[in-house]
Amino acid sequence: MATTETLDHAQEVSYLGAKKGIMSWLVTIDHKRIGVMYLASVLATFTLGGILALLVRAELWAPNITTEAGEAVGALFSADVYNRLFTLHGLVMVFLFIIPSVPAAFGNFVLPLMIGAKDVAFPRLNLASYYVYVIGTVMALYATIAGGVDTGWTFYTPYSASVSGPVVMMVMAAFVLGFSSIFTGLNFIVTIHKMRAPGMTWQRLPLFLWAIYATSIIQVMATPVLGITLCLLAMERAMGVGIFDPALGGDPVLFQHFFWFYSHPAVYIMILPGMGIMSELVTVHARKTIFGYRAIALSSIAIAVISFLVWGHHMFVSGQSVYAGMIFSFLTFLVAIPSAIKVLNWVATLYGGSIQLNAPMLWAMSFLILFTIGGLTGIFLGTLATDVHLHDTYFVVAHFHYVMVGGTVVAFFGALHHWWPKMFGRMYNEFWANISAVLFFIGFNVTFFPQFIMGSQGMPRRYYNYVEEFEVFHKISTSGTWLIGLSFIIMAVYLIQSLRKGEKVSANPWGARSLEWATQSPPIEHNFHEIPTVTEGPYDFPKAGGKKAH
Amino acid sequence: MASETAQGSFWMPPEASTFAGDVDALFDFIYWLNVFFFVAITGAVVYFAIKYRRKSDDQLATSQVGHNTLIEAAWTFIPLLIVIAIFVWGFRVFLNQSVAPDGAYEVKVTAKAYLWQYTYPNGAVTGELFVPEDTPVKLVMSSEDLLHSFFVPDFRVKSDVVPGRYTTVWFEAPDPGEHVVFCTEYCGAGHSGMMSKVIVLPKDEFQERLEKDFIDGDIPPAEMGAKLYTSAGCSACHSINGTRLVGPSWKGLFGTERKFADGSTAKVDENYLRESILQPMNKVVEGYPPSMPSYQGQLKDVQIDALIAYIKTLK
Repeated sequence: MATTETLDHAQEVSYLGAKKGIMSWLVTIDHKRIGVMYLASVLATFTLGGILALLVRAELWAPNITTEAGEAVGALFSADVYNRLFTLHGLVMVFLFIIPSVPAAFGNFVLPLMIGAKDVAFPRLNLASYYVYVIGTVMALYATIAGGVDTGWTFYTPYSASVSGPVVMMVMAAFVLGFSSIFTGLNFIVTIHKMRAPGMTWQRLPLFLWAIYATSIIQVMATPVLGITLCLLAMERAMGVGIFDPALGGDPVLFQHFFWFYSHPAVYIMILPGMGIMSELVTVHARKTIFGYRAIALSSIAIAVISFLVWGHHMFVSGQSVYAGMIFSFLTFLVAIPSAIKVLNWVATLYGGSIQLNAPMLWAMSFLILFTIGGLTGIFLGTLATDVHLHDTYFVVAHFHYVMVGGTVVAFFGALHHWWPKMFGRMYNEFWANISAVLFFIGFNVTFFPQFIMGSQGMPRRYYNYVEEFEVFHKISTSGTWLIGLSFIIMAVYLIQSLRKGEKVSANPWGARSLEWATQSPPIEHNFHEIPTVTEGPYDFPKAGGKKAH
Repeated sequence: MASETAQGSFWMPPEASTFAGDVDALFDFIYWLNVFFFVAITGAVVYFAIKYRRKSDDQLATSQVGHNTLIEAAWTFIPLLIVIAIFVWGFRVFLNQSVAPDGAYEVKVTAKAYLWQYTYPNGAVTGELFVPEDTPVKLVMSSEDLLHSFFVPDFRVKSDVVPGRYTTVWFEAPDPGEHVVFCTEYCGAGHSGMMSKVIVLPKDEFQERLEKDFIDGDIPPAEMGAKLYTSAGCSACHSINGTRLVGPSWKGLFGTERKFADGSTAKVDENYLRESILQPMNKVVEGYPPSMPSYQGQLKDVQIDALIAYIKTLK
C-alpha cells in the first residue's frame, strides 16, 4: 500500500467537520459529502419501496373469496390500490433506489479516494446530478400523491397510453432521473481516465472501479434511449401521435423493444456495481488477493457490451418472430458466462484465505449463494421452450429478486458495513450487524423461494387475487417479508447508535490494501495531504510465513 | 420435480398437452444442473468459511494464488458448452411449440378487458374454450383493446395477445379434462380475474355440442345463468357478494334504482339488464369506468334470459 500518511498521528478535521451548517452540505462540491447525501436519500427511498413491498405482500396473504355466508374476505385493498402499490414499489426500487444506490452513494464516496484523487473530474456536475435526482424524486412523489399510476414500472402500451392518472408526470420523473444517471456516469468515466494517481495503472485499478467504469459506459449510452422512449410515450398520451397505438398505425410491441433496449442494459447498471463491491469484500475480509483479476475486470466490460444485444429475451412470447427469439436466446446465454466466471473467481478467492465472519463477509457470502440461485434460475428463462411456460409468472418475480435483491441490494448492504467506518469514522455493533445479516438471509429465502414453486406451477405475476391452490405459498412468502423488515429495523437501530456513540476507528480497521484506507477515517476534506504514488496492486496481501505472492 | 404423471409434480402442473412432456424433460435437465452447481458453489463457500475461518486477529492467508489459467479456461468453456447445448435443445422444443401442424382445428380467440371469447368455424361463440381430444388445435388470437396474454399452465403454452395483429398458439390435448386459462400480461383492475377454461371433450361429444353452439338448453335458466357468470367471463368484473370490482356487484341489484354518468336514472329491470349486456355504453353507472365490452354476438337470447334469471336470485 502506498501510504503517504502515518496511521497514528492525531486526527485532523475530517470532511464532516470541515465546514458547518446546513448550507455547507446543500451547496457542497465535495464528492464525499455528495456521496453521503446520496446515501441518505437512497436509504430513504429504499425504506419507502420496502414499505410498499410489505403492503403488496400483505394483500396477497389470502385470496379474496366469498364465504358460505356470502361475506367477502381476504381483501385489504381494492384492485386499483393494489395495482398502484406494486407499480410504485417497482418504480421506487428501480429508479429511485437501485440505479443510483451503489454508484451515486459509494461510487461518489470512494472512487476518488481509491484512485488517489482529490475529487471527481467535474465536482459541480456531481452536485447538479444530485439535484436533478431530487427533482426527479419530487416529481415521482407528486405523481404518487396526485393519484398514483397503475401501469407497472414497465409502462407498457397501450395500457399506459390510455389509462387515466398522472402517467405523464411519472414518465417525466423517470426521464429527469435518467439525466442524473448520465451525469454521474460521465463524471466517473472522465475521472477514472484522467485523475488516477501516479502508478495507478489500469492493472492496479480496484475491481470495484472496473465495475463502476463498465456501469458508467452503459449509463451514458443506454439511458438516452429510455429518455426518447418515455418522451414518445408522453407525446402519444398528450398529442396522440400514434407511435404505439395500432388504431393510429402504430405498434404496441415497438414500445417493448424501445423499453428493453434500455432496461436490459439497466439490469447491468444495477448488478455490475454490486459485483464490483464483491471483489472488495471477499479480498479484504479474507486478506486474500483476488483470484483472476484480469478475468473479473474484462468480464465487466464484456457484460457491458453484450448487455446491449439481449433485450429481446424479455419478449419471447410477445409475438416477435421465432428467429428473433432464437438469436436473443443464444446471446442471452453468452452474457451469462462472464457472470458465472466472476462468481467462481470470488469463491476461489476464499480458498486459503483468513476469513473473518463479520458483517461485510456475511453479506458477501449471502451474495454468493443468492446470486448463484438468481443466475442459475435465469437458465430456465433464457431457454426458449421453458420460458414460454415461465414467462410473466412468479418464477420470473423470484428470479429477478434473487438477482436484484440477492445480488445488488445484498452487495449494497455489504458495502455499507465495509465502508461505514471509513465514511463516519465509527464502528457499529458487530454482534447485531451479524444478526441482521443472517436474519435478512433467512427472511429473503422464505419470501422468494416459494415464488419459484408457485410460478412454475402457473401463478401469473401482477395478480391482485389468485386461485386458492396458491395460498400456502403466498402465506409463506408474506411471512418472510416480516423477517426482512425486522432485520432492517435492527440495522437502523445499530447504525444510528453507531453514528452517535460508536467506537472510533483507525484509518484502516480492516487491514485493506486499497488507497481509500490510506487516509484517516473519516477522510480529511481534500482526501490526501499529497497525491500518493502507487507501487502495488489493490489486493497485494501478505502470505502467512512468507513473502507476498506478487 | 416434474414427473411424467398427469397429476403434476412439486414443480410443474399436470402435463396435458402432447409437448408438455418435452418441455418438462428440459425443465428437469436444467433443474438438476441447477442443483449440481448450487450444491457445488454453496458447498465450497460454506466449506471455505469453516476451514479458513480467522481464529486470531493477526492470522494471514495461507495462499495468495492470483490465477490459474487451466482452471479459468475450464470454468469458462465447460459452462459455455453446457449452455449452448441447452440453447439448442430449448430452440428445438420451442420450434415444435411455435409451429402448428398443417390441418390443425382453428379457433379464433378475441381478448378484451376482461374476458376471453372463442369463435368456432361454424360461427358459435363461447366464453370457455371447447376443443376435441387428440386433435391439434390452433388458436388465432387478437385483442380488441390492451395487451393480454393467453396462458394454459397445463399445456405449457403462452402467447401475448396484441391489438392490431394476430398471434398464434397450438396444442393437442390427449385426454378429456378441464384446464385453467390465465391472462399473463398486466391489463389493469380486472387482470387477475381474467380467467377462462379449456374444456377438452371426446371427439363425438365435441361435434354434438358444437352443432348446438355449446348451449346447454336442458337446465333451469337460473342454473344456466350461474354457470354463464363464470364461463362467459362476467365474474372478472362483477362480484356476487357486494364487493366492488371493476363493475358494480350483482348482489341485490335487481329492482334497485341506478344513477348514470350522464345524470339520468333508471330502475334495474329485465330490459335494463339486456341493454347493459348488449350495449353496455348506453347507460354507464355513475362512479364506474366505461369499460365493459359488448356481448352482442356471443350470448344468445336464451343465455341472456338465463343471466337475468340468475341476477334475480342474488338477493
